[in-house]
Amino acid sequence: MGSGTRQKLDNPVMEWVDSRLPVFSLLQKEYGVFPTPKNFNYFWNFGAIAMVMLVTMIITGIVLAMNYATTATDAFDSVERIMRDVNHGWLLRYLHANGASFFFIAVYIHIFRGMYYGSYKQPRELLWMLGVLIFLLMMATAFMGYVLPWGQMSFWGATVITNLFSAIPLVGDSIVTLLWGGFSVDNPTLNRFFALHYLFPFLIVGVVFLHVWALHVTGSNNPTGVEAKGKQDTLPFHPYYTMKDSFGIVVFLIIYATFTFFLPNALGHPDNYIPADPLVTPAHIVPEWYFLPFYAILRAITFDIGIPFTDIVIIPAKLGGVLAMFGSIALLFVLPFLDKHPVRSSRYRPWFKWFLIAFTVNAFVLGLCGGKPAEGFWVPLAQLSTFYYFAFFLAVIPFLNKKEPVMALPESISAAVLEKKSAK
Amino acid sequence: MSVKKETNSPKTEGAHGEGETRRDFLYLTAAAFGAVGAGSVAWPLIDQMNPAADTLALSSTEVDLSPIVEGQAITVMWRGKPVFIRHRTEKEIEEARAVDITALRDKQTDEDRVQEGHEKWLVMVGICTHLGCVPAGQKDTDVKGEYDGWFCPCHGSHYDNSGRIRKGPAPKNLEVPEYTFLSDTLIKIG
Repeated sequence: MGSGTRQKLDNPVMEWVDSRLPVFSLLQKEYGVFPTPKNFNYFWNFGAIAMVMLVTMIITGIVLAMNYATTATDAFDSVERIMRDVNHGWLLRYLHANGASFFFIAVYIHIFRGMYYGSYKQPRELLWMLGVLIFLLMMATAFMGYVLPWGQMSFWGATVITNLFSAIPLVGDSIVTLLWGGFSVDNPTLNRFFALHYLFPFLIVGVVFLHVWALHVTGSNNPTGVEAKGKQDTLPFHPYYTMKDSFGIVVFLIIYATFTFFLPNALGHPDNYIPADPLVTPAHIVPEWYFLPFYAILRAITFDIGIPFTDIVIIPAKLGGVLAMFGSIALLFVLPFLDKHPVRSSRYRPWFKWFLIAFTVNAFVLGLCGGKPAEGFWVPLAQLSTFYYFAFFLAVIPFLNKKEPVMALPESISAAVLEKKSAK
Repeated sequence: MSVKKETNSPKTEGAHGEGETRRDFLYLTAAAFGAVGAGSVAWPLIDQMNPAADTLALSSTEVDLSPIVEGQAITVMWRGKPVFIRHRTEKEIEEARAVDITALRDKQTDEDRVQEGHEKWLVMVGICTHLGCVPAGQKDTDVKGEYDGWFCPCHGSHYDNSGRIRKGPAPKNLEVPEYTFLSDTLIKIG
């Protein structure tokens, strides 16, 4: 990095700093002149939006922590105090609670973008995997954060999710006791969840740094999926994409603010305004909406898997559900190695496109099932949807690898853009 | 002087042990010591998460059974968990004993779930063995499930009146904790 090619800056103070630590040169290189494909659509806003949400969550979270009491006896009351007595406390808490939802909205759209345009494919496999890791860390952080208000949903959500680990053969119960620090979810559990809820966002920042670093090595994918080949295919990041991202961020923030101010509890669950009671389980436990598809997969495995016509059970239903849930995320992680089709973008993959759209609709169906009580026709529907979720990765994609025709791709981004223009 | 130097050089050592040198041994032992050292430092950091001494100290509780009339059930706290104590009627005991255990998921007779001479007392941890919710069925007005015992509303597990799993995702019967009768109407759980 100790390059002699650094350009001298006009401002003497900036020059003094830059010659010793080239932060300004780095910014200029990575965010100023950084060559970026010129054909981005609005799907490409969501990385920047997710970044804004991460920062929002960290800032509101730190100030909330200044007013929060981390003991099982005081936690619920301290959150109510934040809502009623702390100056602007209601705003900070609603921003934080709804911010989690909107962070997930941004990230889900970002993930969909990656799948639709084949952004995970060679040479961006590691970039994608770092992204899935961020998603996992986000889920852990969100789960632990939801426990902190110590309401009924907090308590029973924590109980159900930590109990998932008891499905692990032999060591399961010891692991659950280790997680709890006792014989049930209680004060020690709350304390450690708070400590980790404060830590994890900074781990996320670390992995986001690696994610962005990897992005700046390969450069961005684009709607055609054809790599940028030269100057005619790209624009400097500033001012073109700083401007486009800013616009998208503002629109997104308007929707976020609308929820925060006018529908602050629409995405939450009323039972979490009842203080935690270890003796009474709410009639219907649901996680936050962003976990519902995975919750549906967990509950869809209602049957033991064993040797037919005998009593021998290899995978009991409970372990099966847990394996399916973690497996559903593991499959996302290895997606770059499952999809071997040479074409990236769904724009030139008419078969994959429809299977992926079906996959997306299916994810919503799973979410719907996860929010309903596990009874009646919701159970077979969740099972059917779970089947398609796994079939998409394990049957459809391998099938398309072999059978989907390889369409002719445009020569370059520039050629594709010009062609579209002349067609109009 | 030159002779001594030669015998000590790694090359000469290597010639004896088919490519294995004294250096390889040092690497191995250093790595092994390093791993043991790192493990022994890591253990306190992990083990601090396990139940602390004061948490463990609260691990038994005594319950007076005398106020519980026949057909009534109470819930007490033990280790932060609800424990169901039910004073069973003769009819319930008969029903529980009439069940064909070969048809059960977690095969256990009713006799195994109570203490001899105290058959009318059913003591169980009131935690569903699926994912840890508290099943309904303690009150007369509760939903008791298809087997007239307990019903877990979270994921739909049905337990019979001996607390055995009959239907739904739970893998095991409601757990019977360790308890002893200190007298006919006083038990110590844990």
